Amino acid sequence: MSRLALRKDLSLRCARVMLTFFHEEWEMEGLQTVGILLVLCSSLKLLHFLGLIDFSAGDSIEDDFELSTVCHRPEGLEKLQEQTKFTKKELQVLYRGFKNECPSGVVNEDTFKIIYSQFFPQGDSSTYAHFLFEAFDTNKNGSVSFEDFVIGLSIILRGTINDRLNWAFNLYDLNKDGCITKEEMLDIMKSIYDMMGKYTYPCMQEDAPREHVENFFQKMDRNNDGVVTIDEFIESCQKDENIMQSMQLFDNVI
Amino acid sequence: MATGVAAWLPFARAAAIGWMPVANCPMPPAPREHSKKQDELIILNVSGRRFQTWRTTLDRYPDTLLGSTEKEFFYNEETKEYFFDRDPDAFRSVLNFYRTGKLHYPRYECISAYDEELAFFGIIPEIIGDCCYEEYKDRKRENAERLMDDQEENKDSRLPNMNFRETMWRAFENPHTSTMALVFYYVTGFFIAVSVITNVVETVPCGSTPNQKDVPCGERYTVAFFCMDTACVMIFTVEYLLRLFAAPSRYRFMRSVMSIIDVVAILPYYIGLVMTNNEDVSGAFVTLRVFRVFRIFKFSRHSQGLRILGYTLKSCASELGFLLFSLTMAIIIFATVMFYAEKGSSSSKFTSIPASFWYTIVTMTTLGYGDMVPKTIAGKIFGSICSLSGVLVIALPVPVIVSNFSRIYHQNQRADKRRAQKKARLARIRIAKKGSSNAYLQSKRNGLLNELLDLTVKEEEQHMNKTSSLLESQHHHLLHCLEKTTVTFIYFIVDDYGLQPMKTPKISFVDEQLYEQNCVEGAQFSRSPSLSSQDGFTGTCCTRRSRKRIPLPNASLSTTHTHTHTQGLQELSAIHIQCGDQPSLSTSRSSLNIKSSERSRINCRGQQITTAVISLPSPTNFPPDGDGHGLPNPLSTPPTINTTSSSNIVKVSAL
Repeated sequence: MSRLALRKDLSLRCARVMLTFFHEEWEMEGLQTVGILLVLCSSLKLLHFLGLIDFSAGDSIEDDFELSTVCHRPEGLEKLQEQTKFTKKELQVLYRGFKNECPSGVVNEDTFKIIYSQFFPQGDSSTYAHFLFEAFDTNKNGSVSFEDFVIGLSIILRGTINDRLNWAFNLYDLNKDGCITKEEMLDIMKSIYDMMGKYTYPCMQEDAPREHVENFFQKMDRNNDGVVTIDEFIESCQKDENIMQSMQLFDNVI
Repeated sequence: MATGVAAWLPFARAAAIGWMPVANCPMPPAPREHSKKQDELIILNVSGRRFQTWRTTLDRYPDTLLGSTEKEFFYNEETKEYFFDRDPDAFRSVLNFYRTGKLHYPRYECISAYDEELAFFGIIPEIIGDCCYEEYKDRKRENAERLMDDQEENKDSRLPNMNFRETMWRAFENPHTSTMALVFYYVTGFFIAVSVITNVVETVPCGSTPNQKDVPCGERYTVAFFCMDTACVMIFTVEYLLRLFAAPSRYRFMRSVMSIIDVVAILPYYIGLVMTNNEDVSGAFVTLRVFRVFRIFKFSRHSQGLRILGYTLKSCASELGFLLFSLTMAIIIFATVMFYAEKGSSSSKFTSIPASFWYTIVTMTTLGYGDMVPKTIAGKIFGSICSLSGVLVIALPVPVIVSNFSRIYHQNQRADKRRAQKKARLARIRIAKKGSSNAYLQSKRNGLLNELLDLTVKEEEQHMNKTSSLLESQHHHLLHCLEKTTVTFIYFIVDDYGLQPMKTPKISFVDEQLYEQNCVEGAQFSRSPSLSSQDGFTGTCCTRRSRKRIPLPNASLSTTHTHTHTQGLQELSAIHIQCGDQPSLSTSRSSLNIKSSERSRINCRGQQITTAVISLPSPTNFPPDGDGHGLPNPLSTPPTINTTSSSNIVKVSAL
C-alpha cells in the first residue's frame, strides 16, 4: 500500500515539475532552446555537406563500386568443335545469336528467363526456365557460358537417343541424386502446365499435373518404389514408341 | 512474335526435350526447311555506301521492307547487291534497328526526313526506344505546330464569294484584310484607352472649392464624365452586337473569354442606369464600378503579347497551383511558429495566428515592411529562417513559368516573322520556277512555230528542241495528248505552291498587224520576251504598253502584270479558230472581254469552237540576228496556210 502511495506521490511530483517547466515563463525559454538546437543541427549538417566535417563511420557509397560487367570469352572454335558435334559454321551461327543477346558472354538466370519467356508469351515459363538453367549450368556457378550452352545443345540436337534421354533425366532430377521423386516430377509438371497459361481449351483442371504425374509414375516406375531411377527411365522410354519417335524430332532443329 | 530473339529459337526447340518423355501422345511432325540455306552476307548499297549484314539479321523483322521479299525489287543483278537510292546517314539507324532490335532517333536528323525514311523502309516510328522517344515526340510536335500555323494562314485566303456575315466576321478577326476593318480596329482601341483613362482620372482630386476639401474630378465634372462614359459604352455595345451577329457560331462566341470580358465591361453602366440611387444598393453599385476596369482587358484583342501572357498562365496552371500550395503551407507553418515564439513578448503585434500571416507573407516575399517585427530571440531566429525559405519557395516554380512563356512567345514571334516573309519568299520561288511551268507552253509554241516554219525553212529549227530533255518532252507530249482528247487548250497553270491560279493566261492575244509593226523594231523586241529576265522585261513590257497599248507577247508573268494583261486582252480584235474541218467561226468581241476563267470553259463541244490563244514571241533559243528573218515569215503565211497536220489549228487574225 505504501509503495503505491509512494509511486503516486512520485508521479504527482513529476507532473508538477513538468508543469512548472511548461509554465508561462518557461515557454519562451523552451522555444528558444528549440530554436537554438535547430540552428546548431542545421549548421552541423551544412558543414558536413560542405565536406569540412566527416560524420560517417565507415565506407561511403562512392567506394562501393563493384565490377558489374563480367566478360567471358569462350574457348577456341577448334576446341569447341572437339567437344561438341557441331560444325564450324553452326557454331559460328550459334555464337552470333548468343553474343547478340548476351554481350558479356555469359547468361545469367534472369536473362535466360527473359529470353525463354519471349517464346511463350501466353503463360509463365519462368519455373521451367529455371529448371533448364539448372540443367545447362553444369558447373553450378550461376551463369551459363557459351561452352555450357553449346555442349548442352550438342547433346540434345546431335546426341544419340540415349544421350538425349540421359539429358532429360538430368533435367527432371532436380537435386541430382540419381532418382526422380514424385515431388520433383510434380514440380516439373506444374512448370510445364504453367507455360500453357490460364486460357486454354478445355479449361485446365487443378489436379491435371498430379494426374499426369501419376500416369508417368505408373508407366516408368517398374519396381513401384516411388522413385524412378535412370535405368528404369531409359528402359521405359525405349519401350514407348511415341517417346522414341518424338526424340527423332531433334535431329533437324539446326 | 519473338522475332528479336529468333536466333535462340533452336535453343527453345531443343529445350522441348523436357516435355517429350512426359507426353502421352505423339508429337506433331516438325516443319522441314526446304532449302537449307547457309547464312549469307547481304550487301546493301545505299547511295554508294555499302552496308553488309547477315541475311538472318534482316529476316528478324519480316514486316518491314528489308525483312520481306519487297527488297527483291531493289536487287541489282550485275553487282549482286541491293541498291537503295536513299540517304545513307539515315539508313544507319534503320540498319541498327535490325541488328540491335532498338530504333534510335539521331538528333541531328531532320524530323520529316527521318519520318520519310522510316516510312520507306516500313518501320513504324512508335518502336523508337525510350532513350530517344522523348526527343522524337518533342520535335514532331514542334514541327506539327509549325505546319499548322502555315496551314491556318492559307485558310485565310478564302474564296471571293462570302456573304456579308462572313466578311464581317473575317474583318473582325483579321483587321488587316480591309481598310474598314482597320479603321474599326483602331477606333475601338482608341475608345478603350479613353474609357480606361476616364476611369482613372475620375478619381483624381482636381481643384478644390475654397471651403471644402479636395474633390475628385468625377464629382466635379459629373456631366462630362457621364457623357464620355456613355459614348464609350455605346461604341462597345455596338461592337459587341456586331460581333454577335457576325459570329459563325453564336453560342460558342458567347462562351468565349473575350465576349465575357466585353459583357462585364459594359454591364455596370447599364445596371447603373437601371438602378436608381437607392441607398441600400448603392454599395453594390460602387462595387460594380470596379468591374469597369475590365475594359482594359479588351486590349488583348489588340495586343498579341497580352494574349500570349494569358495563354502562358493558362498552360502553367499546374506550376502556379504548386507555387500557391507550397506558399500556403509555408505561411501557415511559419505563422504558427512566430505566434508562439512572440507570445511571451509584451507589446507584441502577433496577436493571433492569422495576424501573423501578414508578417509571414511580407517576410517570405522579402518585402519586409517593418510594421510587424519579432522582438524575442526565438522570434528573430525563426523570422530569419522564414525569409530564407521564402526566397527558395518562390524561386523554384518561377523558372518553369518563365521558360514556358519564353517558348510560347518565341514560337509566336517566329510564326509572325514567317508569315511576313512568306509572301516575299513565295514570290521569289515562283520567279525561279517560272521556267519549268512555262516550259510546256513554250515548247508548244516552239512546236507550232516549228510546224509553221516547216513549210518555209526545213532544218534550221531542230536546235530549238535541244534544251528540252527527254523527260520534259514526254511530259509535254502527255499534256498535248490530253489537250487533244478534251479538245481544249491549256493555258493556265497553277503553281506548285498552291497559290491562286494565274488569273490571266500565260499567253496573250496577238494582233497580227501590230505584231508585224513590232517586228520591225528588231533586236529590242527579240530580247524582251525572254523567259528568264524579269526586270528588263518588265521595263519594256510596261513602257511599251503605256506607249502603244499593244499587247506584247509575253510568256513570263508575275502577278504584277495582271492588270496590264486584262487590259491588253480587251484590245484584241479577234480570234480566228478552226476546229477540225468545220468552217471557222470567229468569236465576238464581247466574249473576249469576259474573264479568262470563264473563257477556259468554253470548250469545243464535239468539234466546235475553242477559244485559245497562242502567241508567237521570238523564242529564247533564237539568236537575235535570226530573229529578223525567222519571224516575219510565219506572219505572212498564216492567213494562207492550212496546215493539215493538226486538226485543231489556231489562227490569229484581225477582223
